[in-house]
Amino acid sequence: MTAVTAENITKRYGATTALDHAGIALTTGETHALVGRNGAGKSTLVSILTGLQRADTGVVTFDGEPAPPLADRDGWRQRVACVYQKSTIIPTLTVGENLFLNRQQSRRGLIDWRGLRRRAGELLDRYGVAIDPATVAGDLTVEQGQLVEIARALSFGARFIILDEPTARLDAAAIERLFERMRDLRASGVTFLFISHHLQEVYEVCQRVTVFRDARHVLTAPVDELPHDDLVRAMTGDAPVVASAARGHANDGPVVLDVRGLTLADRYEDVSLEVRAGEMVGLIGSGSSGKNALAQTIAGLLRADGGTVTIAGTTPRPGSVPGALDAGLGYLPQDRHREGLVPLLSVGENATMTITKRLGPIGIALPARRREAATTMIDEYDIRTSGPDQPVSGLSGGNAQKVVLARALASDPKALVLVSPTAGVDVRSKQSLLAAVAKAAAAGTGVLIVSDELDDVRDCDRVLVMFHGRIVQAAPKGWDDASLIGAVEGVRAESSHEEGLKE
Amino acid sequence: MTGTPTVATAPAKPRPRLRLARFRDLALVPAIVVLLVVGAIIDPVFLSKANLVNVLQQQTELSLLVLAEAIILIAGKFDLSLESTIGLAPALALGLVIPSASHGLGTEWPTALAIPLCLLTGAVIGAFNGLLILRFRLSAFIVTLGMLIVLRGLQIGLTGGQNLFDIPPSVLYLGNATWLGLPASIWICAILFAAGILALSFLRAGRAVYAIGGNVDAARAAGIRTDRVVWIVLIIGGLLAALAGLLMTGRLGSVAAAQGQGMIFTVFAAAVIGGVSLDGGKGTLFGALCGVLVLGLINNILTLGGVSAQWIQAIYGAIILAALILARLTSGKAQD
Repeated sequence: MTAVTAENITKRYGATTALDHAGIALTTGETHALVGRNGAGKSTLVSILTGLQRADTGVVTFDGEPAPPLADRDGWRQRVACVYQKSTIIPTLTVGENLFLNRQQSRRGLIDWRGLRRRAGELLDRYGVAIDPATVAGDLTVEQGQLVEIARALSFGARFIILDEPTARLDAAAIERLFERMRDLRASGVTFLFISHHLQEVYEVCQRVTVFRDARHVLTAPVDELPHDDLVRAMTGDAPVVASAARGHANDGPVVLDVRGLTLADRYEDVSLEVRAGEMVGLIGSGSSGKNALAQTIAGLLRADGGTVTIAGTTPRPGSVPGALDAGLGYLPQDRHREGLVPLLSVGENATMTITKRLGPIGIALPARRREAATTMIDEYDIRTSGPDQPVSGLSGGNAQKVVLARALASDPKALVLVSPTAGVDVRSKQSLLAAVAKAAAAGTGVLIVSDELDDVRDCDRVLVMFHGRIVQAAPKGWDDASLIGAVEGVRAESSHEEGLKE
Repeated sequence: MTGTPTVATAPAKPRPRLRLARFRDLALVPAIVVLLVVGAIIDPVFLSKANLVNVLQQQTELSLLVLAEAIILIAGKFDLSLESTIGLAPALALGLVIPSASHGLGTEWPTALAIPLCLLTGAVIGAFNGLLILRFRLSAFIVTLGMLIVLRGLQIGLTGGQNLFDIPPSVLYLGNATWLGLPASIWICAILFAAGILALSFLRAGRAVYAIGGNVDAARAAGIRTDRVVWIVLIIGGLLAALAGLLMTGRLGSVAAAQGQGMIFTVFAAAVIGGVSLDGGKGTLFGALCGVLVLGLINNILTLGGVSAQWIQAIYGAIILAALILARLTSGKAQD
């Protein structure tokens, strides 16, 4: 019996097609996985299945009947419930009130608080959630908050629940408890659509899996009949090959970035790595692997709980960005809009922000020298702009990223850390960006590229894989894509990971 | 994989937390008691009924503005224009009913319309703020700052910068009448605060205000019509400010061109001292009321204590800052 179907769904946002005649069908009582890389169209499908957005074409049905109109929120909520990645709990209200928000039981027009607390307690008991309804929701742990959301979802009477990356913010024990709960609910006939970047979880808790790639449906198959490698191949397709810049090996230079036993609670644990001068090292991992937090710690944006970062022989004060820069670090932040650029300032000012000391004496930045430095950078990195005075907000994504890179390299760093350097950048800019990085490495800079895209690290001499806060694999040049992606998604780490759980 | 259906979470401690939340509400009550004691020591006149009633009556207009602002802040918005509404609403209403010889607009509508017109003006101002903030998605802070200036300018333009006298008795009544031994304005404030406290704690719409201020996306996901609720809150804010204008006009017997000017700072201070968060979603009207009382008592004690008129403002401001610091320390959370 089919519980939910979405057929032939197409959804466009302006020029981009988020879903292209894609579809999914779930049978009643199954836990169905939906996987795909970033931008595959998963989130769009979720918003269409929950009635938050209308598909351009295509039909959604629940139990064989067409979906209610978009305005009928209650109708949707009786059919489908979703636990989003982003919490929809209101932190300032109590758990009980969150459970019955906007449907509090009234007596003679006034909210019956005692009754609400009692019913909230019953609801939480029924699903075995040991939380007192009078607790303020902001005091809950991530896991507890998620359980409250699941209990609330079920209380609307929906028998179909979408879990959008529910495990991303949970630790291993909490994930196992969540799965146990999902199995119990499945036994009582609840249908799940489970979205995760961790393929191992798909094999653990799901019966069937659907793969989306580039806005299209690729395959749907029972997980038993789909080996890991085939699943990974379905997700990635044929990996495009980027021409690698000619660059000699450099494994004997001095160590310019030395990370020893770095630990930050809930983010990463006991991470050690070293990068030598002239070497390019890749660090890949999924969003929850802790790789970005590690990069931020190296740059001094976060302060580690333990361990040391040594840059070109000096150990800057932990948690100090100027300290890291003075020690010789170049840093290209993950989100260039939030951390990288001041959008209303000119290209010149943004590009020379880290080298103002060289632009004049006693804190004065001479405009002529700034201009000169900026013009050199614009030429060197092939930044397409009307000139150093153009505000960076007017640049395309790739060119804006080149400004950030030019700035990171402007101070002739000994070590360079780049986080997702090609995110949101078109193919050609990607190549010229990576070529600029390879050029810097050839000139003797030690480069650490932190990314979740394999293409970014294709030129690297070695690649490290992070999973759940630890480095789980180190591969020298000539690695096998499938095995690296497997490690990123936790398939390779499965043996050790699961043993840990089974104890 | 031997998980049991029950989650092994640390057992929550509900009772203490609940009490703590209640305690936060009552945090200013000891401060009020201390002020009463200090006042009594400084001047025996302080505890007399006449003085206390006087303090309360002087705070009625402020307290209505604080009531309005607290609800708006809890909903996660701002309204700075309340301090101009308190002047413009009665000025416009009176201008339409009094003869041009008394600086009226010359329309000389029936005087019975004065009160409805005043309240209507307040509601329209609130609705217009809502239009700019919700429809055109402008920042509430800047919109209401602009409105503050525009409305004050309108009042000066309409009245030619003159104070309006010749107030009809119906308008004078609310600010002067005595009901059951207490000024009517005190009763009105008490009733409105009681109604507000009840509504925000026991009505679904009231809880929606907290939900919107706490997390507007989650509120929308729960089916709350967030824009509509905020719009109504802004209209109620304008209404309350207009009512405060009526009380002030009645009490003073005229509408000054600068009626209400500068009040908004005290309004915010009272709300924040009373535990209302500028981030939205947090705070209670009872707390806000306590904030008003604390400021009123401090003002009165400074006056009775013989602080010279030239210095009273600086000292009053310093005490507000000290109270904010204390509130920050007791709540333990940053205010921004």
